[in-house]
Amino acid sequence: MLDLIWLIPALPLAGFILILLFGRLLGEPKSGILAASMVGASFVVTVAVFFELLSKTTEERHHVLTAFSWMPIGSLHVDLAFLADPLSITMALFVTGIGSLIHLYAIGYMHGDPKFSKFFLYLNLFVFSMLMLVMGENLLVTFLGWEGVGTCSYFLISFWHTRESAATAGKKAFVTNRVGDWGVMMAMFLAFGATGTLSYAGINHAAESGALSAVTATGIAMMLFIGACGKSAQLPLYIWLPDAMEGPTPVSALIHAATMVTAGVFLMTRISPVLSIAYDWAPTVIAVVGVATALFAATVAVAQTDIKKVLAYSTVSQLGFMFLAIGSGAYVAAIFHMVTHAFFKALLFLGSGSVIHGMHHEQDMRKMGALRVLMPITALTFIVGWLAIAGVPPFAGFWSKDEILLFAFAKSPILYVVGMITALLTAYYMTRQVIMVFFGEARWNDHSEENGAHGDFKPHESPKVMLAPLVVLAGLSIVGGALQLPFNHNTKFLEKWLEPVIEFGEKDISGTWADNNKYILLIVAIVVALTGIAVSYLVYSKKKFAAIEPNVMAQGWFYDKGISNFMGGPGRKAFDGITWADRTIVDGAVNGVGKLVQGAGGFLRKGQTGAVRSYAAAVGLGVVALLVWFFVRGVVL
Amino acid sequence: MSALIAAATPTTTWYLVLAAVLFGIGTVGVLVRRNPLVMFMCIELMLNAVNLSFVALAKRLGDIGGQTTVFFVMVVAAAEVVVGLGIIVSIMRKRPGANVDDISALKG
Repeated sequence: MLDLIWLIPALPLAGFILILLFGRLLGEPKSGILAASMVGASFVVTVAVFFELLSKTTEERHHVLTAFSWMPIGSLHVDLAFLADPLSITMALFVTGIGSLIHLYAIGYMHGDPKFSKFFLYLNLFVFSMLMLVMGENLLVTFLGWEGVGTCSYFLISFWHTRESAATAGKKAFVTNRVGDWGVMMAMFLAFGATGTLSYAGINHAAESGALSAVTATGIAMMLFIGACGKSAQLPLYIWLPDAMEGPTPVSALIHAATMVTAGVFLMTRISPVLSIAYDWAPTVIAVVGVATALFAATVAVAQTDIKKVLAYSTVSQLGFMFLAIGSGAYVAAIFHMVTHAFFKALLFLGSGSVIHGMHHEQDMRKMGALRVLMPITALTFIVGWLAIAGVPPFAGFWSKDEILLFAFAKSPILYVVGMITALLTAYYMTRQVIMVFFGEARWNDHSEENGAHGDFKPHESPKVMLAPLVVLAGLSIVGGALQLPFNHNTKFLEKWLEPVIEFGEKDISGTWADNNKYILLIVAIVVALTGIAVSYLVYSKKKFAAIEPNVMAQGWFYDKGISNFMGGPGRKAFDGITWADRTIVDGAVNGVGKLVQGAGGFLRKGQTGAVRSYAAAVGLGVVALLVWFFVRGVVL
Repeated sequence: MSALIAAATPTTTWYLVLAAVLFGIGTVGVLVRRNPLVMFMCIELMLNAVNLSFVALAKRLGDIGGQTTVFFVMVVAAAEVVVGLGIIVSIMRKRPGANVDDISALKG
């Protein structure tokens, strides 16, 4: 069975090729069903591989399948190889699992779209790339997937490319990600220079055996972190993710919440031994960037009015939590939060998509309200997602966020306090969203005339094909926390499962104050979450206090605008200068050589008259000239 | 009388002068005539003038090398005639009566 792991990425690839060839022929909904079943089949294979690995001993849970030798160049030898170990299979499980649910949902959501089959073409290509990313045995295969998901993300954000804003958002995402890709490439060069290999096993072994110096390890870790910042939308490269909401909602759920944006977290976990032998400031930088991003994005989410923008900033914030975990040496917690976040954030995004679908593409929360009556299933599942992200026990998000904050406390109480404030804000803005969308008075009637054709406008519940994934994800969001319960060692299933991958890098916090008093921290977390919900309830439902939504927060502290203004002003001038230098100096030199050769050729061409007799005269004169020269020099013939 | 006969006995110099005269006629012919066939004949004349000088010098110097070279020149000239006449005939078929100044289309 383990030799069939190539099937996991191959099935979505087959789906991609089939839709590429026959997409138009299949049309709607057959191409969607084909795409969904390919990802579903991939999920089945992954589950089989998972049980196969589970039946082995911990040491044996590492299987490499080499498809072929990809680049045998001198001492650089790179295979196209897949790795099946607990980490890659965990990632593959939720990528294919959530992926197939979202494919199913998209069949309903994309109904009637003229580019229906093309949407599933990109979606399957994305799943393929993502699986290459997580199952790659070396950095280069991962990088192949890394670029693939970036490209698919670009295609899908600007899927409705006739809309100016969607086209711009796609370009923005692509360009911002290129900055991060530079970091990944630098890390690959460094790793190859220092260890002579690109395979994870080789690099991590070099780190564990001490063959890798701390300086190089720090360099590799920091460069990969730059890449992770781009892909996982951390400060200062987060700006593309809120704009990426221009894409269709299933894309936001799959790529910009559940899977692609977690690639950075995955990569940092993958090279955790390298990070653990780096200088102490390296993990601290990661933790500080993570927690700063978490807090920053949470403050912005508080003042958003677009239903998807709230979730986008919330995603940035939750990814910040994951990096806080990485920086605190809590790799299990990072992966745990990644999985639970994939459940509840995909649920929330799909729920918001259902709302948008029912509201005839209205995304402004100020025009919603009281939708629980008309969309009961969407409302119920959305509420589950809300409780999960807000950190209310026993929902999934509570356990994973608590685990991260526990490790953060062990690293530094300051990180813990900032993390707690973020958790408070998270509960606050999510409650605000739920109240604005599903409770209060219905505000969509006031705007019915804007919807013109619908006359008597009334939101409606979504079709069953969209509701089924919501229900499944809601179930997972409730029980997801059971993966890793903090009570004793036996309930930490995820930690035991991931042990062979992370044991070298995972920080041991047993015996610290935080670990001894973890139940106190647990209660603090519950109190904070409930406080956030209560305050939000008083503000938005009971209207006891005025809402604090300053424009500066709604505009994201003007960070995005600042970058735009900088790049549009001095940045543009600098690039214009570089362009000028390139045109006049570099191109001038190249074109100058060309002009010179052309001119000389044109001059010499005049001698080529084509008249045979003039050639003969030239030959004759030449002979005479030679003879004269010989006589003058006194050469004896 | 014998002196006259002796003076009239062809020496090597005579042959060399004859070769130079033939070469000159050939050169002038190539330069002034426009009929490709005539130009071709003039080129042959030049080649054979050189052949004559080779043979004459080989006789005087008692060196077989000069005569050997003549054979090579004749073979090459024969090959050249085959190719050259082929080209000339095909051009003449296409454009009857053309002279070499008319067929300068290959100058580029």
